Amino acid sequence: MRDKLGRYALGVLAHAALILAWYLFVRFGEVPKFVMPSPGETLDALLQPNYGWWSNIVVTGTEIFAGYFLALVVGVALALVFTWSRTLEAFFMPLLVSLNMIPKVALGPLIIVWFKYGVLPNSLMAFSICVFPILLTTARGLREIEPELLDLVRSLKGSRWQLFTKIQLPGALPYIFAGMKVGAILAVAGAIVGEFLGSDRGLGYLMLQVQVTLDTPAMFMAVLLITLLGMLLYGIVLGLERWLVPKDARVG
Amino acid sequence: MAEAFIRLSGVRKVYGEHLAISDASFDVMPGELVSLVGPSGCGKSTLLKILAGLHPHDGGEVRIGSATHPFDPSRDVGMVFQAPLLLKWRRVLENVLLPAEILGLPAGESRERARELLNLVGLRGYEAKYPYELSGGMQQRAAIARALVHDPKLVLMDEPFGALDALTREKMNLELLRIWQEAGKTIVFVTHGISEAVFLGTRVVVLTAGPARMADNFQIDLPRPRTLDMKTHARFGEYTRRIYRLLGME
Repeated sequence: MRDKLGRYALGVLAHAALILAWYLFVRFGEVPKFVMPSPGETLDALLQPNYGWWSNIVVTGTEIFAGYFLALVVGVALALVFTWSRTLEAFFMPLLVSLNMIPKVALGPLIIVWFKYGVLPNSLMAFSICVFPILLTTARGLREIEPELLDLVRSLKGSRWQLFTKIQLPGALPYIFAGMKVGAILAVAGAIVGEFLGSDRGLGYLMLQVQVTLDTPAMFMAVLLITLLGMLLYGIVLGLERWLVPKDARVG
Repeated sequence: MAEAFIRLSGVRKVYGEHLAISDASFDVMPGELVSLVGPSGCGKSTLLKILAGLHPHDGGEVRIGSATHPFDPSRDVGMVFQAPLLLKWRRVLENVLLPAEILGLPAGESRERARELLNLVGLRGYEAKYPYELSGGMQQRAAIARALVHDPKLVLMDEPFGALDALTREKMNLELLRIWQEAGKTIVFVTHGISEAVFLGTRVVVLTAGPARMADNFQIDLPRPRTLDMKTHARFGEYTRRIYRLLGME
């Protein structure tokens, strides 16, 4: 317990040290504000109402969470369907591995052509970038389940739904979470890239707007807020994992 | 003479070119513990899967159940495998309850029954443990309780003690005989252990590999309850020798 507390304190200390180093660097290095603002100047930006921080956070947050949630549902569902039919899996899996090789960022301009710009295409950008890790790890987790366990349920004429909810989903959960953690980081990147490529709202959009006037403090603040959004999503995933997966079954 | 509970006649199973079982014909009476013994590849596990209704067979006839002992294939089968295969994320009691949940049996009664079965298999006090907190032998005991929780008429065991060390295995053999006596189930027990097959079985069915076929089927005439010193009886030796000879090891 004391050990844990000590490690926690060290983590907080490291963050504080970084902010201090940042402050000292700007203060004594005579770095101009448009190159790197001090921590205080960055915080000041948060107090300016003209940036519309809150509404931009809501927009970017919606894109990240919507894209991520969609990727989770689609990824797990597809992986499950593959367990029902080996032919289906043999047909689609190599295709999905190839599709996974597409740099999703390169799809951005196409997504804008297809869906105009706004929250939907940016959510799709986030979706496309994080669906593959979730799908591939889930498929792996489902494959790891002992076939005899499935036999046990089948010998009792259990339904597919029972098989999924009682054996497959909880059995694959440690793997699903491994994919979800990777996906959480990617989803944030996806949404922001989407906003860079074409949008009229959101934190990424705001960064492009203030870049024109060399308003570096606002850009710093935007990056910080995006990071916090990512940490929020990652934290939720970690919390869920802790709640749902017994300790000895966790992967990675 | 009572009617057979299981009647196999001329059962055949082919996987592509490979003949997995041929001409398996034997009867199992209600309440018997029949050992299926043979080397790897003799089709004993396949036969078990056919009895469990998991695989179709390609020829012959499989009939389970009789007028006096009706059999419902969707709820009268209990299964135990070589690995305990407990669900890691469930406590022991919840693991035992799995078949009852799948069949939608009343929860209160099932819990009561699961507790009784955990007592029967010697796991009283372990209801709230997770599988990783149990030894291999204890996990297999829990798996046996799970196979009995929905009160099936037929219990199919596929080398359930094959992964245990020799001493634990002997102990589990005695335990199984006690559980079988108290639970009154028909058990089909697959093993490659010749002395285990003779020690446990009311009857032994011998299967050989290459080509896969049924080689023998005979009653074991040893007194019950069986005790470990029976393994030194002359008759025990005769039975095991008979099997060794069939498997071409003598």
